[in-house]
Amino acid sequence: MAGLRQRDTSSAALIMSPALILIGVFVIFPFLLAIALSFTNQRLVPNLNVGTQFVGINNYLRILGQPEFLQAFRNTALFTILVTPLQSGFALAAAMLLNTKLPARNVFRGIFFLPTVITMVVVSVIWFALFRLDGFFNQLLWVVTGGNAPVVDWLHNPWLAMPALILLSAWQGFPFQMVVYLAGLQQINPELYEAAKVDGAKPWDEFWGVTMPGLRNTHIFVLVTTTILAFKLFTQVNLMTQGGPEGATQTVVRFIYEQGFTRGSVGVAAAASVMFFLVVLAISIAQRYIFTSEEEVR
Amino acid sequence: MNTARTPYGLIALALMVCVIVIAPLYMMVAISLKADEQQVLLDFGSWRAFWVNPWDMSLENYRIILADKVSPFLRYLFNSALIVTSIVIFGILINSACAFALSRLRFAGRGVILAVLIALIIIPMEALAIPLLLIMARVGWLETYQAQIIPFIAHPFSIFLFYQFFSKLPKDLDEAAFVEGATPFQVYWKIVMPLSLPVIATVAILQSLEYWNAYLWPLMITRGPATRPVSLALAQFFGTPPYLWGQLMAFSVMMSLPVLILYLSFQRWFIQSVVSSAIKG
Repeated sequence: MAGLRQRDTSSAALIMSPALILIGVFVIFPFLLAIALSFTNQRLVPNLNVGTQFVGINNYLRILGQPEFLQAFRNTALFTILVTPLQSGFALAAAMLLNTKLPARNVFRGIFFLPTVITMVVVSVIWFALFRLDGFFNQLLWVVTGGNAPVVDWLHNPWLAMPALILLSAWQGFPFQMVVYLAGLQQINPELYEAAKVDGAKPWDEFWGVTMPGLRNTHIFVLVTTTILAFKLFTQVNLMTQGGPEGATQTVVRFIYEQGFTRGSVGVAAAASVMFFLVVLAISIAQRYIFTSEEEVR
Repeated sequence: MNTARTPYGLIALALMVCVIVIAPLYMMVAISLKADEQQVLLDFGSWRAFWVNPWDMSLENYRIILADKVSPFLRYLFNSALIVTSIVIFGILINSACAFALSRLRFAGRGVILAVLIALIIIPMEALAIPLLLIMARVGWLETYQAQIIPFIAHPFSIFLFYQFFSKLPKDLDEAAFVEGATPFQVYWKIVMPLSLPVIATVAILQSLEYWNAYLWPLMITRGPATRPVSLALAQFFGTPPYLWGQLMAFSVMMSLPVLILYLSFQRWFIQSVVSSAIKG
Protein backbone atom coordinates (compact mmCIF):
# COMPACT_ATOMS: atom_id res chain seq x y z
CA MET A 1 0.00 0.00 0.00
CA ALA A 2 2.83 2.36 0.85
CA GLY A 3 4.38 1.52 -2.50
CA LEU A 4 1.18 2.38 -4.31
CA ARG A 5 0.92 5.71 -2.53
CA GLN A 6 4.41 6.69 -3.54
CA ARG A 7 3.85 5.75 -7.18
CA ASP A 8 0.63 7.74 -7.09
CA THR A 9 2.36 10.89 -5.86
CA SER A 10 4.93 11.05 -8.64
CA SER A 11 2.52 10.17 -11.42
CA ALA A 12 -0.16 12.48 -10.01
CA ALA A 13 2.33 15.33 -10.08
CA LEU A 14 3.21 14.47 -13.66
CA ILE A 15 -0.40 14.20 -14.82
CA MET A 16 -1.47 17.41 -13.12
CA SER A 17 1.58 19.47 -14.05
CA PRO A 18 0.36 20.88 -17.41
CA ALA A 19 -2.83 22.27 -15.88
CA LEU A 20 -1.21 23.44 -12.66
CA ILE A 21 1.70 25.15 -14.44
CA LEU A 22 -0.64 26.97 -16.84
CA ILE A 23 -2.92 28.04 -13.99
CA GLY A 24 0.09 29.24 -12.02
CA VAL A 25 1.41 31.30 -14.94
CA PHE A 26 -1.85 32.63 -16.38
CA VAL A 27 -4.19 32.89 -13.38
CA ILE A 28 -2.28 33.03 -10.09
CA PHE A 29 0.69 35.08 -11.33
CA PRO A 30 -1.43 37.77 -13.10
CA PHE A 31 -3.67 37.88 -10.06
CA LEU A 32 -0.75 38.55 -7.72
CA LEU A 33 0.68 40.93 -10.31
CA ALA A 34 -2.59 42.90 -10.34
CA ILE A 35 -2.35 43.32 -6.58
CA ALA A 36 1.32 44.34 -6.78
CA LEU A 37 0.76 46.75 -9.69
CA SER A 38 -2.14 48.41 -7.91
CA PHE A 39 0.40 49.91 -5.49
CA THR A 40 2.59 51.34 -8.27
CA ASN A 41 2.37 53.94 -11.01
CA GLN A 42 3.19 51.34 -13.70
CA ARG A 43 2.46 52.45 -17.29
CA LEU A 44 1.51 50.16 -20.19
CA VAL A 45 4.34 51.66 -22.22
CA PRO A 46 7.02 52.35 -19.59
CA ASN A 47 8.57 55.80 -19.51
CA LEU A 48 12.27 54.99 -19.29
CA ASN A 49 13.18 58.35 -17.72
CA VAL A 50 10.83 58.00 -14.79
CA GLY A 51 10.54 54.29 -14.09
CA THR A 52 7.94 52.56 -11.98
CA GLN A 53 7.53 53.69 -8.42
CA PHE A 54 5.74 52.42 -5.36
CA VAL A 55 2.86 54.80 -4.65
CA GLY A 56 1.19 53.11 -1.68
CA ILE A 57 -2.58 53.22 -1.69
CA ASN A 58 -2.68 56.35 -3.85
CA ASN A 59 -4.35 54.54 -6.76
CA TYR A 60 -7.15 53.34 -4.51
CA LEU A 61 -7.64 56.78 -3.01
CA ARG A 62 -7.59 58.32 -6.48
CA ILE A 63 -10.21 55.92 -7.83
CA LEU A 64 -12.50 56.20 -4.84
CA GLY A 65 -12.34 59.97 -5.09
CA GLN A 66 -13.01 59.93 -8.82
CA PRO A 67 -16.63 60.66 -9.82
CA GLU A 68 -16.11 58.67 -13.04
CA PHE A 69 -15.32 55.44 -11.15
CA LEU A 70 -18.10 55.94 -8.63
CA GLN A 71 -20.53 56.54 -11.47
CA ALA A 72 -19.29 53.41 -13.26
CA PHE A 73 -19.76 51.43 -10.08
CA ARG A 74 -23.27 52.81 -9.53
CA ASN A 75 -24.23 52.11 -13.15
CA THR A 76 -22.95 48.54 -12.96
CA ALA A 77 -24.79 47.96 -9.68
CA LEU A 78 -27.98 49.45 -11.13
CA PHE A 79 -27.69 47.27 -14.25
CA THR A 80 -27.15 44.21 -12.07
CA ILE A 81 -30.04 44.98 -9.73
CA LEU A 82 -32.44 45.52 -12.62
CA VAL A 83 -31.33 42.88 -15.12
CA THR A 84 -31.08 40.01 -12.64
CA PRO A 85 -34.76 39.87 -11.58
CA LEU A 86 -35.99 40.71 -15.11
CA GLN A 87 -33.91 38.01 -16.75
CA SER A 88 -34.46 35.40 -14.04
CA GLY A 89 -38.19 36.15 -13.89
CA PHE A 90 -38.60 35.79 -17.63
CA ALA A 91 -36.46 32.63 -17.52
CA LEU A 92 -38.63 31.13 -14.78
CA ALA A 93 -41.84 32.01 -16.64
CA ALA A 94 -40.54 30.41 -19.83
CA ALA A 95 -39.35 27.34 -17.91
CA MET A 96 -42.75 26.93 -16.24
CA LEU A 97 -44.40 27.19 -19.63
CA LEU A 98 -42.13 24.42 -20.91
CA ASN A 99 -42.97 22.31 -17.86
CA THR A 100 -46.71 22.18 -18.65
CA LYS A 101 -48.78 20.01 -21.01
CA LEU A 102 -47.65 22.24 -23.88
CA PRO A 103 -47.40 20.20 -27.10
CA ALA A 104 -44.03 20.01 -28.92
CA ARG A 105 -42.21 21.21 -25.81
CA ASN A 106 -38.81 20.18 -27.10
CA VAL A 107 -39.28 22.23 -30.27
CA PHE A 108 -40.25 25.29 -28.23
CA ARG A 109 -37.35 24.73 -25.85
CA GLY A 110 -35.00 24.57 -28.82
CA ILE A 111 -36.35 27.86 -30.19
CA PHE A 112 -36.35 29.64 -26.80
CA PHE A 113 -32.68 28.70 -26.35
CA LEU A 114 -31.59 30.38 -29.62
CA PRO A 115 -30.42 33.80 -28.31
CA THR A 116 -27.78 32.16 -26.15
CA VAL A 117 -25.90 30.81 -29.18
CA ILE A 118 -25.87 34.23 -30.87
CA THR A 119 -22.70 36.06 -29.92
CA MET A 120 -23.09 39.38 -28.05
CA VAL A 121 -21.46 41.39 -30.86
CA VAL A 122 -24.16 40.23 -33.30
CA VAL A 123 -26.87 40.84 -30.69
CA SER A 124 -25.56 44.40 -30.23
CA VAL A 125 -25.65 45.09 -33.97
CA ILE A 126 -29.23 43.83 -34.29
CA TRP A 127 -30.53 45.70 -31.25
CA PHE A 128 -28.72 48.87 -32.26
CA ALA A 129 -30.94 48.79 -35.36
CA LEU A 130 -34.05 48.15 -33.24
CA PHE A 131 -33.25 51.23 -31.10
CA ARG A 132 -32.73 53.56 -34.07
CA LEU A 133 -34.74 56.79 -34.21
CA ASP A 134 -36.91 55.17 -36.89
CA GLY A 135 -36.46 51.68 -35.44
CA PHE A 136 -38.84 49.14 -34.00
CA PHE A 137 -39.03 50.50 -30.46
CA ASN A 138 -39.97 53.99 -31.57
CA GLN A 139 -42.59 52.52 -33.91
CA LEU A 140 -43.94 50.47 -31.02
CA LEU A 141 -44.08 53.56 -28.82
CA TRP A 142 -45.86 55.44 -31.59
CA VAL A 143 -48.47 52.71 -32.03
CA VAL A 144 -49.02 52.18 -28.30
CA THR A 145 -49.49 55.88 -27.56
CA GLY A 146 -51.50 56.51 -30.70
CA GLY A 147 -48.82 58.77 -32.13
CA ASN A 148 -48.65 61.05 -29.09
CA ALA A 149 -45.20 60.08 -27.83
CA PRO A 150 -42.18 62.02 -29.03
CA VAL A 151 -39.50 60.11 -30.90
CA VAL A 152 -36.99 58.80 -28.39
CA ASP A 153 -33.25 58.50 -28.98
CA TRP A 154 -32.93 55.46 -26.72
CA LEU A 155 -29.17 54.97 -26.71
CA HIS A 156 -28.35 58.69 -26.46
CA ASN A 157 -30.73 59.45 -23.63
CA PRO A 158 -29.08 59.30 -20.17
CA TRP A 159 -32.26 57.86 -18.65
CA LEU A 160 -33.09 55.32 -21.34
CA ALA A 161 -29.69 54.04 -22.49
CA MET A 162 -29.33 51.72 -19.49
CA PRO A 163 -32.87 50.27 -19.71
CA ALA A 164 -32.25 49.63 -23.42
CA LEU A 165 -29.05 47.72 -22.59
CA ILE A 166 -30.90 45.80 -19.87
CA LEU A 167 -33.57 44.71 -22.32
CA LEU A 168 -31.19 43.28 -24.88
CA SER A 169 -28.97 41.68 -22.23
CA ALA A 170 -31.98 39.90 -20.73
CA TRP A 171 -33.06 38.79 -24.21
CA GLN A 172 -29.66 37.25 -24.90
CA GLY A 173 -29.13 35.78 -21.45
CA PHE A 174 -32.49 34.38 -20.30
CA PRO A 175 -32.36 30.97 -22.06
CA PHE A 176 -29.41 29.92 -19.92
CA GLN A 177 -31.34 30.41 -16.67
CA MET A 178 -34.49 29.02 -18.29
CA VAL A 179 -32.81 25.68 -18.91
CA VAL A 180 -31.47 25.62 -15.35
CA TYR A 181 -34.91 26.43 -13.96
CA LEU A 182 -36.51 23.77 -16.14
CA ALA A 183 -34.16 21.17 -14.66
CA GLY A 184 -35.04 22.47 -11.19
CA LEU A 185 -38.79 22.27 -11.88
CA GLN A 186 -38.50 18.70 -13.10
CA GLN A 187 -36.87 17.71 -9.82
CA ILE A 188 -39.84 18.83 -7.74
CA ASN A 189 -41.77 15.81 -6.51
CA PRO A 190 -45.08 15.64 -8.48
CA GLU A 191 -46.79 14.24 -5.37
CA LEU A 192 -46.43 17.65 -3.73
CA TYR A 193 -48.61 19.12 -6.48
CA GLU A 194 -51.11 16.27 -6.11
CA ALA A 195 -51.27 16.92 -2.37
CA ALA A 196 -51.77 20.65 -2.95
CA LYS A 197 -54.61 19.90 -5.39
CA VAL A 198 -56.26 17.60 -2.85
CA ASP A 199 -56.04 20.43 -0.33
CA GLY A 200 -57.82 22.64 -2.85
CA ALA A 201 -54.89 24.95 -3.58
CA LYS A 202 -55.32 27.55 -6.33
CA PRO A 203 -52.56 27.75 -8.99
CA TRP A 204 -51.30 30.89 -7.23
CA ASP A 205 -51.00 29.07 -3.87
CA GLU A 206 -49.39 26.16 -5.64
CA PHE A 207 -46.77 28.47 -7.12
CA TRP A 208 -45.84 30.05 -3.78
CA GLY A 209 -46.36 26.91 -1.69
CA VAL A 210 -44.76 24.23 -3.85
CA THR A 211 -42.90 25.64 -6.85
CA MET A 212 -40.96 28.48 -5.22
CA PRO A 213 -39.77 26.52 -2.14
CA GLY A 214 -38.86 23.58 -4.39
CA LEU A 215 -36.66 25.85 -6.49
CA ARG A 216 -34.80 27.34 -3.54
CA ASN A 217 -31.36 25.98 -4.48
CA THR A 218 -31.95 26.72 -8.16
CA HIS A 219 -32.85 30.32 -7.27
CA ILE A 220 -29.63 30.79 -5.36
CA PHE A 221 -27.54 29.37 -8.19
CA VAL A 222 -29.33 31.41 -10.86
CA LEU A 223 -29.26 34.65 -8.88
CA VAL A 224 -25.58 34.37 -8.03
CA THR A 225 -24.39 33.44 -11.54
CA THR A 226 -26.59 36.11 -13.14
CA THR A 227 -25.40 38.73 -10.67
CA ILE A 228 -21.73 37.98 -11.28
CA LEU A 229 -22.25 37.82 -15.04
CA ALA A 230 -24.12 41.13 -14.97
CA PHE A 231 -21.31 42.74 -13.01
CA LYS A 232 -18.92 41.95 -15.87
CA LEU A 233 -21.00 44.07 -18.28
CA PHE A 234 -18.77 45.35 -21.06
CA THR A 235 -19.30 44.11 -24.63
CA GLN A 236 -22.71 45.60 -25.41
CA VAL A 237 -21.84 48.87 -23.67
CA ASN A 238 -18.56 49.29 -25.49
CA LEU A 239 -20.25 48.62 -28.84
CA MET A 240 -23.53 50.49 -28.47
CA THR A 241 -23.01 53.48 -26.17
CA GLN A 242 -19.26 53.64 -25.40
CA GLY A 243 -20.22 54.33 -21.81
CA GLY A 244 -22.29 57.37 -22.78
CA PRO A 245 -24.29 59.51 -22.82
CA GLU A 246 -22.52 61.55 -20.13
CA GLY A 247 -21.14 58.40 -18.56
CA ALA A 248 -24.63 57.05 -17.91
CA THR A 249 -23.68 53.57 -19.10
CA GLN A 250 -20.01 53.49 -18.08
CA THR A 251 -19.24 50.21 -16.28
CA VAL A 252 -16.52 48.97 -13.95
CA VAL A 253 -14.97 46.66 -16.57
CA ARG A 254 -15.04 49.43 -19.17
CA PHE A 255 -13.37 51.76 -16.65
CA ILE A 256 -10.62 49.16 -16.19
CA TYR A 257 -10.28 48.81 -19.97
CA GLU A 258 -10.09 52.57 -20.56
CA GLN A 259 -7.64 53.23 -17.73
CA GLY A 260 -5.34 50.32 -18.49
CA PHE A 261 -5.53 49.96 -22.24
CA THR A 262 -6.63 53.28 -23.73
CA ARG A 263 -4.83 55.57 -21.26
CA GLY A 264 -2.08 53.12 -20.30
CA SER A 265 -2.41 53.75 -16.54
CA VAL A 266 -1.82 50.14 -15.54
CA GLY A 267 -1.48 50.99 -11.84
CA VAL A 268 -4.90 52.64 -11.68
CA ALA A 269 -6.50 49.87 -13.78
CA ALA A 270 -4.96 47.25 -11.49
CA ALA A 271 -6.41 48.94 -8.41
CA ALA A 272 -9.83 49.00 -10.10
CA SER A 273 -9.38 45.31 -11.03
CA VAL A 274 -8.65 44.40 -7.42
CA MET A 275 -11.77 46.21 -6.26
CA PHE A 276 -13.81 44.57 -9.02
CA PHE A 277 -12.54 41.18 -7.83
CA LEU A 278 -13.44 41.98 -4.23
CA VAL A 279 -17.04 42.70 -5.23
CA VAL A 280 -17.31 39.42 -7.14
CA LEU A 281 -15.76 37.67 -4.14
CA ALA A 282 -18.30 39.26 -1.81
CA ILE A 283 -21.18 38.00 -3.99
CA SER A 284 -19.71 34.47 -3.99
CA ILE A 285 -19.19 34.47 -0.23
CA ALA A 286 -22.78 35.58 0.23
CA GLN A 287 -23.76 32.56 -1.88
CA ARG A 288 -21.68 30.16 0.20
CA TYR A 289 -23.12 31.64 3.38
CA ILE A 290 -26.70 31.16 2.19
CA PHE A 291 -25.95 27.61 1.06
CA THR A 292 -24.44 26.50 4.36
CA SER A 293 -27.09 28.11 6.50
CA GLU A 294 -29.65 26.27 4.40
CA GLU A 295 -27.95 22.90 4.90
CA GLU A 296 -27.97 23.49 8.65
CA VAL A 297 -31.71 23.98 8.48
CA ARG A 298 -32.18 20.56 6.94
CA MET B 1 -62.13 12.63 -19.27
CA ASN B 2 -61.22 15.40 -21.63
CA THR B 3 -57.45 14.97 -21.38
CA ALA B 4 -57.12 15.34 -25.15
CA ARG B 5 -58.23 18.99 -25.02
CA THR B 6 -55.67 21.15 -26.75
CA PRO B 7 -54.18 23.79 -24.40
CA TYR B 8 -54.63 26.76 -26.74
CA GLY B 9 -53.70 29.28 -24.05
CA LEU B 10 -50.35 27.63 -23.46
CA ILE B 11 -49.64 27.43 -27.18
CA ALA B 12 -50.47 31.12 -27.57
CA LEU B 13 -48.06 32.02 -24.76
CA ALA B 14 -45.33 29.84 -26.22
CA LEU B 15 -45.81 31.41 -29.65
CA MET B 16 -45.49 34.84 -28.05
CA VAL B 17 -42.13 33.90 -26.56
CA CYS B 18 -41.14 32.53 -29.97
CA VAL B 19 -41.92 35.89 -31.58
CA ILE B 20 -39.86 37.75 -28.97
CA VAL B 21 -36.94 35.39 -29.53
CA ILE B 22 -37.11 35.13 -33.30
CA ALA B 23 -38.18 38.62 -34.43
CA PRO B 24 -34.74 40.26 -33.97
CA LEU B 25 -33.03 37.35 -35.70
CA TYR B 26 -35.61 37.40 -38.46
CA MET B 27 -34.98 41.09 -39.02
CA MET B 28 -31.26 40.38 -39.29
CA VAL B 29 -31.88 37.87 -42.07
CA ALA B 30 -34.47 40.06 -43.85
CA ILE B 31 -32.19 43.11 -43.95
CA SER B 32 -29.20 41.05 -45.06
CA LEU B 33 -31.13 39.98 -48.15
CA LYS B 34 -31.92 43.52 -49.31
CA ALA B 35 -29.34 44.64 -51.83
CA ASP B 36 -30.62 48.21 -51.95
CA GLU B 37 -29.35 50.09 -48.87
CA GLN B 38 -31.82 52.94 -49.55
CA GLN B 39 -34.65 50.45 -49.33
CA VAL B 40 -33.26 49.14 -46.02
CA LEU B 41 -33.31 52.66 -44.56
CA LEU B 42 -36.84 53.31 -45.85
CA ASP B 43 -38.08 50.01 -44.42
CA PHE B 44 -36.68 50.66 -40.93
CA GLY B 45 -39.66 52.85 -40.10
CA SER B 46 -42.27 50.15 -40.70
CA TRP B 47 -43.10 46.48 -40.39
CA ARG B 48 -41.18 45.98 -43.64
CA ALA B 49 -37.96 45.99 -41.59
CA PHE B 50 -39.02 42.45 -40.71
CA TRP B 51 -39.89 41.48 -44.25
CA VAL B 52 -38.19 41.05 -47.57
CA ASN B 53 -40.12 40.67 -50.79
CA PRO B 54 -39.24 37.26 -52.20
CA TRP B 55 -38.65 38.79 -55.64
CA ASP B 56 -36.31 41.42 -54.18
CA MET B 57 -34.13 38.95 -52.33
CA SER B 58 -30.48 39.18 -53.21
CA LEU B 59 -27.22 37.75 -51.97
CA GLU B 60 -25.34 40.89 -53.05
CA ASN B 61 -24.46 41.88 -49.45
CA TYR B 62 -23.01 38.44 -48.84
CA ARG B 63 -20.98 38.66 -52.04
CA ILE B 64 -19.57 42.06 -51.02
CA ILE B 65 -18.53 40.79 -47.58
CA LEU B 66 -16.88 37.68 -49.00
CA ALA B 67 -15.09 39.68 -51.71
CA ASP B 68 -13.71 42.31 -49.30
CA LYS B 69 -9.93 42.02 -49.46
CA VAL B 70 -9.21 44.56 -46.69
CA SER B 71 -11.42 42.74 -44.22
CA PRO B 72 -11.15 39.07 -45.21
CA PHE B 73 -14.22 37.43 -43.69
CA LEU B 74 -13.06 33.84 -44.16
CA ARG B 75 -9.69 34.60 -42.59
CA TYR B 76 -11.42 36.05 -39.52
CA LEU B 77 -13.71 33.03 -39.34
CA PHE B 78 -10.69 30.74 -39.60
CA ASN B 79 -8.97 32.65 -36.78
CA SER B 80 -12.00 32.18 -34.54
CA ALA B 81 -12.31 28.51 -35.39
CA LEU B 82 -8.61 27.89 -34.78
CA ILE B 83 -8.60 29.73 -31.45
CA VAL B 84 -11.76 28.12 -30.09
CA THR B 85 -10.91 24.57 -31.23
CA SER B 86 -7.39 24.80 -29.85
CA ILE B 87 -8.64 25.98 -26.46
CA VAL B 88 -11.30 23.26 -26.37
CA ILE B 89 -9.11 20.33 -27.46
CA PHE B 90 -6.06 21.15 -25.33
CA GLY B 91 -8.38 22.18 -22.52
CA ILE B 92 -10.19 18.84 -22.49
CA LEU B 93 -6.91 16.89 -22.35
CA ILE B 94 -5.17 18.98 -19.71
CA ASN B 95 -8.13 19.73 -17.43
CA SER B 96 -9.45 16.17 -17.44
CA ALA B 97 -5.97 14.81 -16.66
CA CYS B 98 -5.69 17.14 -13.68
CA ALA B 99 -9.16 16.19 -12.47
CA PHE B 100 -8.35 12.50 -12.89
CA ALA B 101 -5.35 12.77 -10.59
CA LEU B 102 -7.38 14.74 -8.05
CA SER B 103 -10.28 12.31 -7.99
CA ARG B 104 -8.69 8.88 -8.54
CA LEU B 105 -5.12 9.01 -7.20
CA ARG B 106 -3.91 9.25 -3.64
CA PHE B 107 -1.18 11.72 -2.76
CA ALA B 108 -0.29 14.30 -0.16
CA GLY B 109 -1.72 17.78 -0.70
CA ARG B 110 -4.65 16.59 -2.81
CA GLY B 111 -7.21 18.38 -0.67
CA VAL B 112 -5.25 21.63 -0.68
CA ILE B 113 -4.84 21.67 -4.47
CA LEU B 114 -8.53 20.94 -4.94
CA ALA B 115 -9.54 23.71 -2.54
CA VAL B 116 -7.26 26.22 -4.25
CA LEU B 117 -8.60 25.29 -7.70
CA ILE B 118 -12.20 25.71 -6.56
CA ALA B 119 -11.34 29.06 -5.00
CA LEU B 120 -9.77 30.17 -8.30
CA ILE B 121 -13.05 29.63 -10.18
CA ILE B 122 -14.37 32.97 -9.00
CA ILE B 123 -11.45 35.05 -10.29
CA PRO B 124 -13.00 36.78 -13.32
CA MET B 125 -10.91 37.03 -16.47
CA GLU B 126 -11.79 40.74 -16.58
CA ALA B 127 -9.81 41.32 -13.38
CA LEU B 128 -6.72 39.66 -14.89
CA ALA B 129 -6.89 41.32 -18.32
CA ILE B 130 -4.60 44.28 -17.60
CA PRO B 131 -1.72 42.38 -15.91
CA LEU B 132 -2.02 39.67 -18.58
CA LEU B 133 -1.77 42.33 -21.26
CA LEU B 134 1.38 43.66 -19.63
CA ILE B 135 2.85 40.14 -19.56
CA MET B 136 1.95 39.55 -23.23
CA ALA B 137 3.55 42.85 -24.23
CA ARG B 138 6.74 41.88 -22.36
CA VAL B 139 7.09 38.47 -23.99
CA GLY B 140 6.16 39.86 -27.43
CA TRP B 141 2.92 37.93 -27.84
CA LEU B 142 0.76 40.86 -28.99
CA GLU B 143 -1.08 40.03 -32.22
CA THR B 144 -0.53 36.28 -31.92
CA TYR B 145 -2.70 33.19 -31.79
CA GLN B 146 -0.90 31.83 -28.75
CA ALA B 147 -1.84 34.90 -26.69
CA GLN B 148 -5.49 34.06 -27.40
CA ILE B 149 -5.12 30.31 -26.77
CA ILE B 150 -2.50 29.36 -24.17
CA PRO B 151 -3.70 31.51 -21.23
CA PHE B 152 -7.18 29.96 -21.46
CA ILE B 153 -6.42 26.25 -21.85
CA ALA B 154 -6.19 25.42 -18.15
CA HIS B 155 -9.57 26.27 -16.66
CA PRO B 156 -10.41 25.72 -12.97
CA PHE B 157 -14.16 25.41 -13.62
CA SER B 158 -13.63 22.72 -16.28
CA ILE B 159 -11.35 20.84 -13.89
CA PHE B 160 -14.12 21.05 -11.32
CA LEU B 161 -16.73 19.69 -13.78
CA PHE B 162 -14.44 16.79 -14.70
CA TYR B 163 -13.66 16.19 -11.03
CA GLN B 164 -17.37 15.93 -10.15
CA PHE B 165 -18.00 13.46 -12.95
CA PHE B 166 -14.93 11.31 -12.26
CA SER B 167 -15.72 11.13 -8.55
CA LYS B 168 -19.01 9.42 -9.36
CA LEU B 169 -17.47 6.66 -11.51
CA PRO B 170 -17.23 3.36 -9.57
CA LYS B 171 -13.85 2.86 -7.91
CA ASP B 172 -13.72 -0.87 -8.79
CA LEU B 173 -12.99 0.06 -12.39
CA ASP B 174 -9.54 1.47 -11.82
CA GLU B 175 -8.77 -0.67 -8.74
CA ALA B 176 -9.03 -3.75 -10.96
CA ALA B 177 -6.81 -2.17 -13.60
CA PHE B 178 -4.23 -1.10 -11.00
CA VAL B 179 -4.09 -4.66 -9.61
CA GLU B 180 -3.36 -5.89 -13.11
CA GLY B 181 -0.42 -3.48 -13.22
CA ALA B 182 -1.81 -0.63 -15.31
CA THR B 183 -0.14 2.77 -14.88
CA PRO B 184 -2.24 5.76 -13.77
CA PHE B 185 -1.93 7.22 -17.25
CA GLN B 186 -3.28 4.05 -18.82
CA VAL B 187 -6.22 4.05 -16.41
CA TYR B 188 -6.92 7.69 -17.26
CA TRP B 189 -6.72 7.28 -21.01
CA LYS B 190 -8.12 3.77 -21.54
CA ILE B 191 -10.71 3.44 -18.75
CA VAL B 192 -11.85 6.78 -17.38
CA MET B 193 -11.88 8.97 -20.50
CA PRO B 194 -13.89 6.57 -22.72
CA LEU B 195 -16.61 6.59 -20.02
CA SER B 196 -16.69 10.36 -19.81
CA LEU B 197 -18.26 11.46 -23.07
CA PRO B 198 -21.08 13.42 -21.38
CA VAL B 199 -18.75 15.60 -19.33
CA ILE B 200 -16.36 16.01 -22.28
CA ALA B 201 -19.27 17.31 -24.36
CA THR B 202 -20.37 19.62 -21.54
CA VAL B 203 -16.93 21.15 -21.12
CA ALA B 204 -16.43 21.43 -24.88
CA ILE B 205 -19.73 23.27 -25.40
CA LEU B 206 -19.37 25.61 -22.40
CA GLN B 207 -15.79 26.46 -23.38
CA SER B 208 -16.74 26.99 -27.03
CA LEU B 209 -19.53 29.40 -26.14
CA GLU B 210 -17.30 31.27 -23.69
CA TYR B 211 -14.45 31.83 -26.12
CA TRP B 212 -16.64 32.32 -29.18
CA ASN B 213 -18.09 35.20 -27.16
CA ALA B 214 -14.67 36.58 -26.15
CA TYR B 215 -14.50 40.31 -26.78
CA LEU B 216 -12.43 42.21 -24.21
CA TRP B 217 -9.25 40.16 -24.59
CA PRO B 218 -9.07 40.03 -28.42
CA LEU B 219 -9.97 43.74 -28.45
CA MET B 220 -6.79 44.49 -26.51
CA ILE B 221 -4.46 41.91 -27.99
CA THR B 222 -5.25 41.97 -31.74
CA ARG B 223 -5.40 44.66 -34.39
CA GLY B 224 -5.23 43.38 -37.96
CA PRO B 225 -6.78 40.43 -39.81
CA ALA B 226 -3.80 38.17 -39.08
CA THR B 227 -5.09 36.78 -35.79
CA ARG B 228 -8.25 38.77 -35.04
CA PRO B 229 -11.39 36.67 -34.41
CA VAL B 230 -14.52 37.19 -36.50
CA SER B 231 -16.64 38.80 -33.76
CA LEU B 232 -14.02 41.53 -33.39
CA ALA B 233 -14.01 42.04 -37.14
CA LEU B 234 -17.77 42.64 -36.99
CA ALA B 235 -17.27 44.97 -34.02
CA GLN B 236 -14.70 46.92 -36.02
CA PHE B 237 -16.97 47.09 -39.09
CA PHE B 238 -19.84 48.23 -36.85
CA GLY B 239 -17.62 50.79 -35.12
CA THR B 240 -16.76 52.65 -38.35
CA PRO B 241 -19.85 54.56 -39.57
CA PRO B 242 -21.65 55.08 -41.90
CA TYR B 243 -23.64 51.99 -41.07
CA LEU B 244 -24.10 49.76 -44.09
CA TRP B 245 -26.94 47.77 -42.58
CA GLY B 246 -27.35 45.26 -45.39
CA GLN B 247 -23.70 44.29 -45.18
CA LEU B 248 -23.56 44.41 -41.36
CA MET B 249 -26.48 42.00 -41.19
CA ALA B 250 -25.04 39.74 -43.89
CA PHE B 251 -21.80 39.61 -41.88
CA SER B 252 -23.81 38.80 -38.73
CA VAL B 253 -25.78 36.05 -40.45
CA MET B 254 -22.66 34.46 -41.89
CA MET B 255 -20.77 34.45 -38.61
CA SER B 256 -23.79 33.08 -36.72
CA LEU B 257 -24.50 30.28 -39.18
CA PRO B 258 -21.71 27.87 -38.17
CA VAL B 259 -22.72 28.05 -34.50
CA LEU B 260 -26.42 27.77 -35.35
CA ILE B 261 -25.77 24.67 -37.43
CA LEU B 262 -23.74 23.14 -34.60
CA TYR B 263 -26.51 24.03 -32.16
CA LEU B 264 -29.28 22.56 -34.29
CA SER B 265 -27.29 19.34 -34.77
CA PHE B 266 -26.37 18.89 -31.11
CA GLN B 267 -29.29 20.70 -29.44
CA ARG B 268 -29.75 18.13 -26.69
CA TRP B 269 -26.06 18.33 -25.78
CA PHE B 270 -26.07 22.13 -25.67
CA ILE B 271 -28.98 22.22 -23.27
CA GLN B 272 -27.64 19.32 -21.21
CA SER B 273 -24.29 21.08 -20.85
CA VAL B 274 -25.95 24.18 -19.40
CA VAL B 275 -27.85 22.02 -16.94
CA SER B 276 -24.74 20.14 -15.81
CA SER B 277 -22.89 23.40 -15.24
CA ALA B 278 -25.53 24.27 -12.65
CA ILE B 279 -25.50 21.08 -10.60
CA LYS B 280 -23.32 22.05 -7.75
CA GLY B 281 -21.16 19.73 -5.67
